[in-house]
Amino acid sequence: MISRYQRRKLVNLFNLGVAVLATIFGVFWLIWILWTTLRYGASSVNWALFTQDTPAPGSSGGGLRNAFVGSLILLGMAVAIGAPVGVLAGTWLAEFAARRKLGAMVRFLNDILLSAPSIVIGLFAYAIIVDPSGHFSAYSGGVALALILIPVVVRTTDEMLRLVPGSLREAAIALGTPYWKLVTRITWRASASGILTGVLLGIARISGETAPLLFTALNNQFWSTSLDHPIANLPMVIFQFAMSPYTNWQQLAWAGAFVAVAFILLLSLVARLIVRRGRGA
Amino acid sequence: MSAIPQNPPAASASAPASSVTTVNTKLDVRALDFFYGQFQAIRNVSIRIPEHQVTAFIGPSGCGKSTLLRTFNRMFEIYPEQRARGQVIVDGEDILSSRKDVALIRAKIGMVFQKPTPFPMSIFENIAFGIRLYEKLSKAEMQARVEGCLRQAALWDEVKDKLQQTGTSLSGGQQQRLCIARAVAIKPEIVLLDEPCSALDPISTAKVEEMIEELKTDYTVVIVTHNMQQAARVSDKTAFMYMGELIEFGDTEKIFTKPEKKQTEDYITGRFG
Repeated sequence: MISRYQRRKLVNLFNLGVAVLATIFGVFWLIWILWTTLRYGASSVNWALFTQDTPAPGSSGGGLRNAFVGSLILLGMAVAIGAPVGVLAGTWLAEFAARRKLGAMVRFLNDILLSAPSIVIGLFAYAIIVDPSGHFSAYSGGVALALILIPVVVRTTDEMLRLVPGSLREAAIALGTPYWKLVTRITWRASASGILTGVLLGIARISGETAPLLFTALNNQFWSTSLDHPIANLPMVIFQFAMSPYTNWQQLAWAGAFVAVAFILLLSLVARLIVRRGRGA
Repeated sequence: MSAIPQNPPAASASAPASSVTTVNTKLDVRALDFFYGQFQAIRNVSIRIPEHQVTAFIGPSGCGKSTLLRTFNRMFEIYPEQRARGQVIVDGEDILSSRKDVALIRAKIGMVFQKPTPFPMSIFENIAFGIRLYEKLSKAEMQARVEGCLRQAALWDEVKDKLQQTGTSLSGGQQQRLCIARAVAIKPEIVLLDEPCSALDPISTAKVEEMIEELKTDYTVVIVTHNMQQAARVSDKTAFMYMGELIEFGDTEKIFTKPEKKQTEDYITGRFG
C-alpha cells in the first residue's frame, strides 16, 4: 500500500512527464522548420538576391528584388489602411461601447472576421475590386491584406485599452478632462506599446499570406511598383519557384523562405522589445 | 450661508460644534440616497461640511463613505447603473441637478484616489496637463506654476532634476504627492481624498498627512480613511458612517473621546469593524 503522499508524487511526476513530452513534440517541428529554411536558404542569400529581379525560367542567377519590394508595398498599403481603422475601431469598442450591446455584437463579429479563412477574404477583394476593375492590381492585394490585418489590430487595441486601470480614467475625469482628450492623451499613451505590438504581430501574420494575393495582386515576373498592375510578392514567388523544375528557381524559393522567416523573427523580437520597454516605463 | 455647522438631522443627538469662530458651510449635503442598481448604499445622509477645515469620514468597509465622496464630484455618473438622489449644495448651487458642464464642477472639486494614478507622461506634464485644460499659460508662467504646485506638495526638491522623467518612475509616496499636487494645480475649492494613504508606507503617509494639514488654509478638505488614528491626527471634524447611514458627526476630539452613540464608541474602541 503506497501512502497518499507517494501517490501524489507519482501522479505529479507522470503529469509533468506528459507535459514535457508535449512541449518537446511541439518545439521539435518548429526547430526543424527553422533549421530546414536555414540549411537550404541561408546559403543562397547573397547581394544579388536583393539587387536583381526574378530570373527567366531555366536561366541562372537573378534575385528576388521585385518580390521583396512588391511585398513591402503590399504590406505598406495594408498597414496604411488597416492600422488606423483597426486602432480607431478598437478604441470605440473599449472606450465608447464597452457596456453596450452593440459593442458586444461588434466584438463578436470581429472575432469571426479574425478567424475567417484568408482565401475567403481574397475572394471578397476579388469580387469587389478585381472583377469590377477588370484586372489584377497591387491595391486590391493591399486591401485584401488590410482586411486580414484589421481584426487583429481591433482585437489587440480593444484588449490593451481595457487593461488600462479604471483608476487612471477616473483620475483624468476627476480633473474635468473631456473624454476625447482622456482617450488620446492618456489611455492611448498608457497602452501605446501594446497597440504597437499588436500592429507588428498583425504585420507578421499577413506577411506570409498567400491565398488572398492569389485573387488580387497575383504576381509579376518583372519589376513593377505600379499600384494599378499585378505586383510581384514573396509568398507567390516562393510558391511558383518552389514548385518549378528549375534548380535555380528552387534555390531562390529557399532563399526567399529564409528571408521571410528572418523578417517575422525580427518583427517578433522588436515587438517583444517594445513590450518590455513599455512595462519598464 | 449659516454660521457654525449645524448637526444634521441624522445625527441630531450630537452636541453642537465647540468652535467659537464662525465657520461657513462649504458642502451642504441634504437627504442623499445612493443606489448601485437596486442596492441602496447610502440612506438619507445629511451633513454640512465646513469650509477650510479637514473633515474625515470613518467607518467599516462598505459603509458608504467612499460612495458618498464620489457623489461630491459626480464621479459615479460615468457608471450608468449608479445614481444619486438628494442634494449636494456647493456655494448655493445643487451640483447633482446642475445643468453646468460637469467638467466645471470637477474643476472646482478635485479628487485624489486610493492608489496613486500618475498619468503616462513626464512629472512636469502630469501637473501641466490639468492646468492646460482650463488656462492658457506662457511657458514661463507654466514653469512657475508647476514648480509652485510641486513645492506645495513638498516634492520639488525630490524631483526638480528629473521633471522630464515619467511620473511612474517615482516611488509610491512621491506618486501620491504628485497626484495631490496635480489636483490642486487647477485651483479647486474642495479637495476630496479617498483613502489617500492606504497604499503608502508610514513615512510617505506622514508626508501626505503634513500636506493635508497645509491644504486646509486654501481648500476645504474631505478625507475618507480606514485608519482611525489618521482621522484623529489630521481632521477637525469626523463623521462616522455605518451601513450607509451617517451615525454621528462632530468635532474630531469629541468623536474620539466622548462619542454620543454606542455604535460610534464600539467602532472607535475596536469592538467591531
